[in-house]
Amino acid sequence: MTRRTLMAPVLALIVAMGALAGCSSQNPLSGPTTSALTTIVVGSQDYYSNEIIAEIYAQALEGAGYTVDRQFRIGQREVYLPEIEAGGIDLFPEYTGPLLQYWEPDTTARLGDDVYAELSRVVPAGLHVLDQAAATDQDSYVVTRDFADQWGLTTIADLAKVTTPMVMGANSEAENRPNGPTGLLDTYGVSVGFTPIEDGGGPLTVKALQDGQIQLAIIYTADPSIAADDLVSLTDTKGLFLSSHVVPLASDKIDAAAAAVIDAVSAAMSPDDLIALNARSVTDQLPAATIASDWLAAKNLS
Amino acid sequence: MTYLKGALAWLVDPAHWGGAGGIWVRLGQHLLTTALVVGVAALISLPVGIIVGHTRRGSSAVGAIAGAARAVPTLGLLTLFALALGIGLTGPVMALVVLAIPSALAGAYAGIQAVDPAIGEAARAMGMSEARIVWQVEIPLGAPVIIGGIRAATLQVVATATLAAYVADNGLGRYLFIGLKTRDYAQMLAGALLVIALALILEAVLAALQRVVRTHVTAPGTARRTQTHT
Amino acid sequence: MKWLSANWHQIPALIGDHMTLCVPAILLSILIAVPIGRLAHRHRLVGGPLLGFAALLYAIPALPLLIVIPVVFGIPLRSMATMVVALTVYGVALLVRTAADAFAAVDRDVHDAALAVGHSPTSVFWRVDLPLAVPVLVSGIRVMTVSTVSLVTIGALIGQSGLGVLLTDGFQRGIAAEVATGVILTVVVALLLDAVVIGLGRIATPWIRAGRAGRRQAVPS
Repeated sequence: MTRRTLMAPVLALIVAMGALAGCSSQNPLSGPTTSALTTIVVGSQDYYSNEIIAEIYAQALEGAGYTVDRQFRIGQREVYLPEIEAGGIDLFPEYTGPLLQYWEPDTTARLGDDVYAELSRVVPAGLHVLDQAAATDQDSYVVTRDFADQWGLTTIADLAKVTTPMVMGANSEAENRPNGPTGLLDTYGVSVGFTPIEDGGGPLTVKALQDGQIQLAIIYTADPSIAADDLVSLTDTKGLFLSSHVVPLASDKIDAAAAAVIDAVSAAMSPDDLIALNARSVTDQLPAATIASDWLAAKNLS
Repeated sequence: MTYLKGALAWLVDPAHWGGAGGIWVRLGQHLLTTALVVGVAALISLPVGIIVGHTRRGSSAVGAIAGAARAVPTLGLLTLFALALGIGLTGPVMALVVLAIPSALAGAYAGIQAVDPAIGEAARAMGMSEARIVWQVEIPLGAPVIIGGIRAATLQVVATATLAAYVADNGLGRYLFIGLKTRDYAQMLAGALLVIALALILEAVLAALQRVVRTHVTAPGTARRTQTHT
Repeated sequence: MKWLSANWHQIPALIGDHMTLCVPAILLSILIAVPIGRLAHRHRLVGGPLLGFAALLYAIPALPLLIVIPVVFGIPLRSMATMVVALTVYGVALLVRTAADAFAAVDRDVHDAALAVGHSPTSVFWRVDLPLAVPVLVSGIRVMTVSTVSLVTIGALIGQSGLGVLLTDGFQRGIAAEVATGVILTVVVALLLDAVVIGLGRIATPWIRAGRAGRRQAVPS
């Protein structure tokens, strides 16, 4: 009874606000454009690097005459993918490996083209992936230069040479996933401890690595800290990690002309470009919009 | 409701209770973190609150500081401390202490200040020193409200201590983060239920303590009358 | 301060988003908590358990609450409504006890006298009980307002824009100045809204100032 009295006014207000929000999102000033879409909704993850790519997509589309609605920093995959699947977002920068694993957790594909081919196959109806970029941002095991020199490490398999206990630091979900300690043991026969650090291989992970609280970390290959902090990314010789190229996930509302604009962007984006874009964000502390417009201008895409 | 069923199923699975990452261990860690945070917060805020309440000076400054501290987002503070101190429990504990101080401080201050000034005057007229007035008159009389402040702080800390798992392998928050990141919402909800259960137990313990203090310390002999008044 | 000079122009929009989330939640919390507080005060038998239950709402960790609300209400996870409902749950939890205390603080004799001179119970509530409860109520609303402003930052975890974005973004990029800006601006917004609550409280209780002024005049200097 008390619950009902509590909830009824809340519900009423939510309905009212929902109605208001519905009205405000339809901008009466944006007239119809040449395409079937009046406005393209571009989304991004709650991850600065992903936001830069989304901003590049948005500015490229605007340069081609489209109207763009930016829905940036929408959390992690579990938050935004249902929304994309429901048709609320038209274009989203994604990564081939993790996206494939989202829909196909037990996939055995590892190499770039295999992953892309299988991803194209499993994308749900109403969605498709555009061309993948050369740029990649994938998981990698990283150690400090000192630690690598001390034990002579260049590949993940070399970790077997280490005789002192090792602790891996990564997001909590890695603990039970193939990219974490379990996968390392199964694929390479190396056993390590685990400490969760929920910053996706960010500054805290790097600091823990440097302070010796962890010996091994999962850090994305496009993270500028690998170069800046002189870290060593160990080569994955047995295909533990999925190849993870930048790939635009698009709804069927993205027409051929819009797709051509985005494909041109993907064709121009090299692995070093992505690292440089990230470095401008982390080191120069510039906003995504500035980084994106500078890059588009440099590539003659604006 | 399917989530709730899943959460209950997760909770009754004996495999989830034992071992290094089991529920008992995480519950213990959570309880210890909470106790440590509330303890440190009490050590800081009780003396300050009691002195301010007794002297009736600086109350507006204390009010402003407590208000501002309430406004500090714990997530932000945790992040700043973590960036400066690295992983581990130190950062989260410091951030949570800031969260706990306003309630504990407000309770201590309000508890002492609510004591009728005439009682203090009477004690002074009897020749009691200021320190004795504080210890033997004001603290016993204000104790229920002071403990009320600690109780409110504890409730806030128990729920928010889940954030410690953001930067440390510690506490019930681990279930929330793993659940969220792997879309195992049953596990996440189970973690939340454990936090709520822990909060319920701590509430019951502190409420009982409050009652005992009220009847035996604050007003021994007049217990019944005091109770009907409140 | 490199970050601030390159990014300051994002800040007004973020403050706007922050306000859009917290102001409805604060108003809703008051609208819900005051009647419940009144009910708890009038009917002690229901009141005790009701206040206990409300206080416990505060023990629900924020992350699961944000996931559960869309399921219970059938609204999208990333929506203003989800955030507002979550903030309102915490706001109500914080405010009900003070609301009950506020009505308890109203002098019983004044209440009875108003009834005796022929006011209807409804009229007594609006013209006597509620206005006299305002001072205590305002103290509770201030605490709730400040806490709500601070809590809005967790919206960043489910893609709701606000000052919390500066916390998560600054954390990922390792820019302490960005995080610090987020923390400081949150406190500033909270204190501004706190000042608004104090101001509205004063307007709602003109007799308190009148009383003070009257006394001041009466006392020879």
